[in-house]
Order: sequence, then structure tokens, then C-alpha cells
Amino acid sequence: MGALLQVENLTVALPTRSGYQNAVDGVSFAVDAGEVMGIAGESGSGKTMTALSLFGLLPHGARTSGSIRLDGGELLDMNAKQLRAIRGRQIAMVSQDPATALHPILSIGTQMTEHMRHHLGVSKSEALTRAADLLGTVRIPDPEQALHSYPGQFSGGMRQRIAIAVALAAEPRLLVADEPTTALDVTVQAGILRLLDRLCRERGLAVIVITHDLGVMSATARRLCVMYAGRLAEAGPTSELLASPRHPYTRGLLDALPHPEAGGAPLVPIGGSPPSLGRVPAGCPFHPRCRYAQPLCATERPEPKPISDLHLLACPPDPLRAAS
Amino acid sequence: MTDMVLQVSGVAVEYGRRGQRVRAVDGVDLGVARGEIVGLVGESGCGKSTLARAAVGLEPLAAGSVTFEGQPVVALGRRRRPDYLRGLQMVFQDPYESLNPRRKIGELIADGAWLGGARRKDGLERAAELLERVGMPANAVDSYAHEFSGGQRQRIAIARTLAARPTCLIADEPISALDASAQAQVANLLSELVDEEDLGLILVSHDLSVVRQVADRVAVMYLGRIVEVGATDTVWANPQHPYTEALVAAIPRPDGAGVLPVDLPGDVPDPANPPAGCRFHPRCPIAEASCSELEQRLLPVAGRDIACHIRSGAVAHARQPHAG
Repeated sequence: MGALLQVENLTVALPTRSGYQNAVDGVSFAVDAGEVMGIAGESGSGKTMTALSLFGLLPHGARTSGSIRLDGGELLDMNAKQLRAIRGRQIAMVSQDPATALHPILSIGTQMTEHMRHHLGVSKSEALTRAADLLGTVRIPDPEQALHSYPGQFSGGMRQRIAIAVALAAEPRLLVADEPTTALDVTVQAGILRLLDRLCRERGLAVIVITHDLGVMSATARRLCVMYAGRLAEAGPTSELLASPRHPYTRGLLDALPHPEAGGAPLVPIGGSPPSLGRVPAGCPFHPRCRYAQPLCATERPEPKPISDLHLLACPPDPLRAAS
Repeated sequence: MTDMVLQVSGVAVEYGRRGQRVRAVDGVDLGVARGEIVGLVGESGCGKSTLARAAVGLEPLAAGSVTFEGQPVVALGRRRRPDYLRGLQMVFQDPYESLNPRRKIGELIADGAWLGGARRKDGLERAAELLERVGMPANAVDSYAHEFSGGQRQRIAIARTLAARPTCLIADEPISALDASAQAQVANLLSELVDEEDLGLILVSHDLSVVRQVADRVAVMYLGRIVEVGATDTVWANPQHPYTEALVAAIPRPDGAGVLPVDLPGDVPDPANPPAGCRFHPRCPIAEASCSELEQRLLPVAGRDIACHIRSGAVAHARQPHAG
């Protein structure tokens, strides 16, 4: 029995002034129905490019290789028409900024029913009934009224919930949520995380959550992939990765993050910043920022290797093994 | 409270909206001493940014007063800002917008020194010193803002405020536009500057974890009013106001335990039409009938002040002749 989504050795090269550079470099992962998988990393780690490649929405001129199979069908081989039949219907996206995800001068009802009618072939009145139900599901008060309203009439948190309702309208099987709660207050965030959790359990929806907030990851994702400079640094069960991270970058992300249990201890930032496209160091891309770096890290490219049944690590020296 | 470098007393700020007067901030008292960080938290729409802007004189006051080093903070108008306010500076949220893209970094920073009467050459030297002070290379004086990442730009923006030799900074969401590791760096920088330069800092943030990490005192705002204020550790360890409780419970912990954060249903009400009595009562889990009638005021409970007559047991004192 295969996973709903199977990504294998995905590489995305973007054209830059110094030729093609890999924004995503040999990434593999799988997502099952009813599961939340997380992708974590700083900006520039390739997490958004990975997401866009699922939709065939990469920037002009991008080259891809590897494989993205949704239910066995190879997305990278599909033409524009085939992709249109998949986007929205099979996989849908919620982006970070609800203000730009919704069309400002189309009513919520129009935005929710347009692709529902296209993909599902339902009548206008049927679509509106379903849309009202969905708005109720995401807890928009007075859904009937909301259908006739415009995005500007709602708060940020409500707009994000509406954006989720729009994404769910054609009953997709996979939802890709790119920083879905970063712009929101913690209270609203809690509501949206609970909503996503419920949709997974009740509808078997698969979700890929992309965020740098490991608290959000901990609350929702069963499995977690940590990306750095377009590559997989570490992947495995969220509980294991956060309780005893093995990659120095995962450890660094955890130490840099303020969290309630840390008390007033100063944050420990990761020195330096992530490399920009085309300036990725040789060997392990993290080695210039890694406090455990050894000479071989600068020359040998680490590949993700299993350290237990479900846990992959791309750090051959494995300096944190003793600590875990 | 004469030891406060900045004191906000009974401040109200109003906006006009479709002919209505909307009170975004309604009767707030808050002070910050030198060497102290006061965190101002709350959901979006609670008025925390408006209060911050009013505190530096960017918004006219509808009532109350703001004093900086004992002298009144006057709202920005057509007249030149009085010289004695130069020590009161603001750090803005978005370092992509707050730095002029067409001027060199050195000139941007030197503005503060030049306004203080420094000669051109001295101002530029000071700019180079300040860049090193915030952890940037001194030769950045000849660069432009676009050459730097978000975290570096925010350091530049902070150096720019330091050029005016401030004694008090107001920072409005200074790190929420930054990457996770850059957030830690900038939060640590602000914290160091407060200690070493003996500054007062009001840190406005919707991210409670950051405030928890760096603030000495925390003030929680809801719909234009402060509902709880006290030492950060005290408030955090044992929040007394039901709203603070809800906020703290909504933060997802990055412990890998997979616990969903607690939801606070509903949205912040429209400030044009605030609920009568305690403004939190429609969303409050412990609300009683009296909550919609009694105006709340801050009273000491368990080492901090809260505006909740149920928790403070102050029914008799809180009763007002005019209810609703």
C-alpha cells in the first residue's frame, strides 16, 4: 500500500546569473492520508520551492528532476491541462498571507464556489449550500451572510480560516499549508491547528505543514522533515526529533526558539545566516555554522541515512548521538 | 512614579471611522524605567501598536498624557519635534520599509548624530561605531539596505535609533518579520542594549514567547485596555486574568509531545462597539452576569495587577453607578 504522496529525489534548479542553482536538492519524503507531515527550516531552505513543485507552480525556467507521485500518478510528467485537473481538486494550498490569497473584489461565495462548480460539476445553489457548510466548519459566524461579504470585511484570523475553507471547497486529499499561522495571534493559531487536526481525523485529509515554528510542528505534525539549503538534514517522528534532535541544525533551531519552559535564559541564535542560492558551501551545507564541524564536513556531502526505523539523519559525525 | 523614563497616564486614542469615533486605546497607564524592558502583548486589534505610536507622539491623544523624562510628549505636527524628545526613539516592524533604499547605510544612521549638531565626518564615524555595536561590519556604511537580510536590516534600524543617544526605545513588533534564527539574534541584541546603555524599552509583540524571554514586566492588553500587568515571571507562572490564561495556554510547546494548544473561541470584538462592563466577558470562560455590568479596574492580586472583579474579589469596589 503506497503513500498518498511520494516524493523521491526531488531536485529543483532555478536559473540565476551564475547558471542553474539547486533550490531543492535530492529531497525524498512521503505523506499518508490522514497524516500531518511538517517541513521545517529557515527561509531559503527550499521548503516553499518544494511545496510549489507539487503544484507545478515553480518560477519560469525552473528545471525539475526526480519524482512526485500522487496516488501513483507522476506529477512531474503532467502537462498544464492535467495539472489543472489536479490543482484545487486533489491538492490545495493555503499560504502565509490571507490578505493576498483571497481576491479582494470577489465575494467569498464566488471564490468558494467557482472551482467547486468547475471540479465537482455541482449546481450553483448546491455549491453555495456546501460553501456555507464549510464556512461553518471553519467557524465563521453567520456563514450565509459571509458568502455575500468581501475579504476586506474580515479580520486576519477569519480571512485565514476563509482561505482554508476555499482550499477545502473541492474536497482535496492533500492540503499544503505554507506558514498557515505565522501572521496570526496565538489564540487564532490554536483554533486553526485544531481545525486542521480535526479535518485529518474526520476526513482523512493529508496535510503538509511548512513552518519554522517548532511549537506548531510539535502540536500538529506526526512526522517532521528538517530542511537546510535545499536538502534534508533530518527527518523522523516529531516527538523524537524535538525531544532528542540528532542534527546540529535541528538542535540549533530548537535553541534559537523562545519557548515557555526556557524561562529567562538568553536565546542561543545560530551564528551566521543560511546560504543564498548559488553560494551553498561544499560538503555539508551547514558546516560553516556548525559548532561540531570536522574537516570532512567541508568536503563530503552527507546523505540522509537511517539511524532507526523511521529516523533519517544527514550528519555522518553524529555529534549529538551521546546526548540523545 | 518619578523614576520612569517614559510614563503613559490615562491615555486614550481615537480614530474616526465612517463618522464614528472609535477608541482604539481607552484609559491606559504604563511606565517604563531605564534599564527595564516592558513587554506589551495582546491579539491584533487590541490597540497595542496604537498605544506604542501614541507613546512616541505619532498619534494624537484623545485623553491623558505621555511624559518623557518629565516633559510632555507632543504629537507630531507641522512644527519641528522638540529637541528634548530626541532621546525617545522608535523601532518599526518592517525593516524593508523603514530604511530608505536610496541612501547609504552610513547616512541613514548618521542622521541622528547630524540632527544633534555633529559634523558630517563625525556623524559618519559614529555610524561605523554603531554598526559594530549592533554586530554589523563597520564597512556597511557604504552599502545600501537591499544588500542585507531582514535580520541585518533590523540591526541597522536599531543602530539608526541609537545615533540619537536615546534613553527610551519603543519597538513595535521588531522581530516578527524576521526568520527564526534572526529573531533570536535581534531579541538578544535589544536585551543587551537595554542593560549596557541603560535604556528603557517597551517591546510590543504578539509573540508571547519572545516577551517571556526578554521582558522584565509584561502588560497584557485587550480591546484598548490593560487587563493584567506585572513581573513577567509572576504573570507567566500563574496568570490571573482569564484572558492572560487563555493566551498562555494557546502557545504550542515545542516539546514533541503532540499536544494541541487550547483554543480561545471567538474574535476580538469591534472596538467601535465594545461590550459593556468587562470587555472580555463575551469570550470569558468564567464570566458571570455581573461581568457585563461592572466596569473593571486594575487591582493587585498575587503580586500583579489584574482587571477582573471575579478573580480579585472586588465586586463591591468595582460597582459603578452607570452600568452599560
